[in-house]
Amino acid sequence: MTEPSGAHAGPRPLLSLRNINMTFGGVKALKNVSFDVLPGEVHCLAGENGSGKSTLIKIITGVYRPEPGAVIDYDGQTYAQMSPVTAQNGGIQVIWQDLALFPEMTVAENIAFQTLLGRWPRFVNYGHMREIAIRALKKLGVTLDVDLPLKDFPIAQRQIVAIARALVGEAKIVFMDEPTASLTQSETDHLLEIVRTLSTSGVAVVFVSHRLAEVLEISSRLTVLRDGALVGVYPTEGLTQSRITELMTGRTFDQHVRAKTRDANPVVLEVKNLTRPGQFEDVSFTVRKGETLGITGLLGAGRTEIALSLFGMSKPQSGEIFLDGKPVRFSSNREAIEAGVAYLSEDRLSLGLIQPQSIADNLVIASLDGIRSGGLLSDERKQRLVAQWIADLGVKIGKQTDAISTLSGGNQQRIAIAKWLATDPKLLILDAPTVGVDVGARAGIFEIVAKLAESGLAIILISDEVPEVYFNADRVLHMAGGRISGAFDPRQCTLKDIEAAVYA
Amino acid sequence: MRKIIQSHATEFALLAVILLISLFLSLATERFFTLGNAFDLLNTSSVNIIFAVGLLVVLIAGGIDISFAVAASVVQYVAALLLESIGGGGWISGLVIAAVLGVSLGAINALLIHRFKIISIVATIATFNIYFGLLMFFTRGVSIYNLPDWLTSRVILFEHEMADGSWVEITLPVLVMVVCVIATWVLITRTTTGRQLYAFGDNPEGARRFGINVGAMQFIAFGWLGLMAGIAGLIQAHYAQEVVPNALYGRELDVLAAVVLGGARLGGGKGTVLGCVLGVLMISITQNGLNLMGVSPFAFKMIIGAIILVAITLSNTSIERLLPFMREGARR
Ligand SMILES: Nc1ncnc2c1ncn2[C@@H]1O[C@H](COP(=O)(O)OP(=O)(O)OP(=O)(O)O)[C@@H](O)[C@H]1O
Ligand SMILES: [Mg+2]
Repeated sequence: MTEPSGAHAGPRPLLSLRNINMTFGGVKALKNVSFDVLPGEVHCLAGENGSGKSTLIKIITGVYRPEPGAVIDYDGQTYAQMSPVTAQNGGIQVIWQDLALFPEMTVAENIAFQTLLGRWPRFVNYGHMREIAIRALKKLGVTLDVDLPLKDFPIAQRQIVAIARALVGEAKIVFMDEPTASLTQSETDHLLEIVRTLSTSGVAVVFVSHRLAEVLEISSRLTVLRDGALVGVYPTEGLTQSRITELMTGRTFDQHVRAKTRDANPVVLEVKNLTRPGQFEDVSFTVRKGETLGITGLLGAGRTEIALSLFGMSKPQSGEIFLDGKPVRFSSNREAIEAGVAYLSEDRLSLGLIQPQSIADNLVIASLDGIRSGGLLSDERKQRLVAQWIADLGVKIGKQTDAISTLSGGNQQRIAIAKWLATDPKLLILDAPTVGVDVGARAGIFEIVAKLAESGLAIILISDEVPEVYFNADRVLHMAGGRISGAFDPRQCTLKDIEAAVYA
Repeated sequence: MRKIIQSHATEFALLAVILLISLFLSLATERFFTLGNAFDLLNTSSVNIIFAVGLLVVLIAGGIDISFAVAASVVQYVAALLLESIGGGGWISGLVIAAVLGVSLGAINALLIHRFKIISIVATIATFNIYFGLLMFFTRGVSIYNLPDWLTSRVILFEHEMADGSWVEITLPVLVMVVCVIATWVLITRTTTGRQLYAFGDNPEGARRFGINVGAMQFIAFGWLGLMAGIAGLIQAHYAQEVVPNALYGRELDVLAAVVLGGARLGGGKGTVLGCVLGVLMISITQNGLNLMGVSPFAFKMIIGAIILVAITLSNTSIERLLPFMREGARR
């Protein structure tokens, strides 16, 4: 049985899927999906969080078995199901959304991991592995010490390692599941350049990203999934971000500047001449009750470092911090949490969530006091709290007791956000809160941020996506080289003004 | 050089602790700091080191095994009976029998863990009880003393009398231990299979996505430990010149502590042969020293417990691990 897909009379597809169905314990993750990839094309896979993108990739690569009836045509062969070994030998490479790296092993071993595969034991050639690794990193324009264990590197570098690993083999098709989620702008540009090179040399790339600008820039065709079902296949030419959003969600979102004056409100946080040499220098600003302060700038500009100091995780060398007018000096994040500061970190997938534990337990872990009744944790209160946040943030889950690891990447993110909101803070620091979150959910998250601000929370919104701070913050600070190099009022400037300053 | 120290922090810390303890013991007792005593130590530690490198492989692959020491007792007993029935045998047939029996017992653990999806600690606690129960039931606790001559006579590969009258000896157990250590080192650092074991222990899901055969990993890890346990069992019988059914009972915890002390991680993906050997040596040195000082055996169980706690805290970078926020903070 075949169905019509995006009509094309052109070249034979390299990969063609039909009748793909997949169910996880009652949740239908894919419903009768078909998907075609032409040789050498850049094909984007778009859909909201939990729409089944990663699951589809896992089926193509043999990690999951589709339900019977599936047909996978790849490179002239027909399969009812793939296996990881067949997929690799056939030239299918993947950059996994969760990276699937080996933290205790060295960077070289991670990148050249494929040389370690095979059923029969062989001797390891470490010199050869190093060469492969260095060459792959060079392609990406990066130098890393390949002899160090991967666990010594932060998330952005690990992402690079995962990318490098997929560039090692002789690929015919490379799947990239949100490869840019934790990359800086220049690293992203580099990656997009590599995607183009791959494509011109005949390698097909399937690209997943929630950054629709990237999607439009890089791809020639777009397959859209919604709730596990195929919406359609579209040529990218002529599409706009808002059209893609509509296809993905079935709704439209309009963005407008939310900024308002909050000068009458009392100051919640005041930072004076804060300095931590090598990270930030002489930083001063205030955040008022009900105000959202946006901080933008390139990665390494000191944004995250300031947030960490405000959250008690690193000590500033000099300068002062006042919370509600009182000077504070946190020596741990516990003190900061008690004083009413909440910090949603960048790398929340690995740092903020305990994967095997349940959704509910992860959500309440930072706010256990709130659900205590007479010294004991109240299950009922926990359930109510969790149900409320899940509804507020529109998280798609099966049961509260399911492990967090069963959620799609973006839904995990929302749980991480809910976890901090549940601590009922005075000051909420959101560091790149929408990395890997789909458009619909982004709108949902900023809706919540606005509501929280109205209810009197002071919010610091850190993002390297300028539009996010432009539309959602009351004031925007631009940081560069550890200093505040500009302040903007979104009502009196355009998006372009800020972007010009940031990317200057 | 800095890189080497960084990547082998555990081993260096252990070495430092061993040197400190040795220094203290040399000052406190006369007998400790002699070559004779050093070789004694090596001879007596051999069996534990063989166990330890076997267990290391299982820990690296993310498992744990409680049953290997009693499995070694089973191997001893069955091997002794089999050897008797074939009319004595020799070192070759003895080692082959011990190896085959050991690997089979290891494979039973792997089967329970892989096919029946029982977590390794539960599966091996069960086999620990089953093996030990069966052994005591069938032997009624009776030891075997009339072992073949080749097995009970000491094999001295090298000996030399020192000026102070003590003897420096290298015996067969040391040779077998060295072979086992080198073989394990080659397996886990030089072969693709060994690296797959590390990867599997480090990130099982990641390994699965590469099509690494998860079942094979379990059988290799537990099979290797079984092999080492079988060999260790035979060597222990040789060393003790008798087979006592409960002689090795309880040894599993000493070995496990030593291996973890050597930097292996419960949970997988981490551990080195060198660390593991140093871990065993550290415990033996302490035991030996306290013995020479005339400390009561109960007191030295206590002291060793305390040393394990201190050493693990210091060496295993577990200080950072206890404070994950600090680690992340420092890294930025
Ligand atoms: N191992 C699993 N067990 C149970 N449910 C799962 C599992 N993997 C995925 N799911 C469910 O299948 C659905 C699709 O998930 P998938 O990870 O494919 O989404 P996605 O489109 O990649 O989303 P995101 O953009 O957030 O990464 C989700 O509802 C998810 O909860
Ligand atoms: Mg996904």
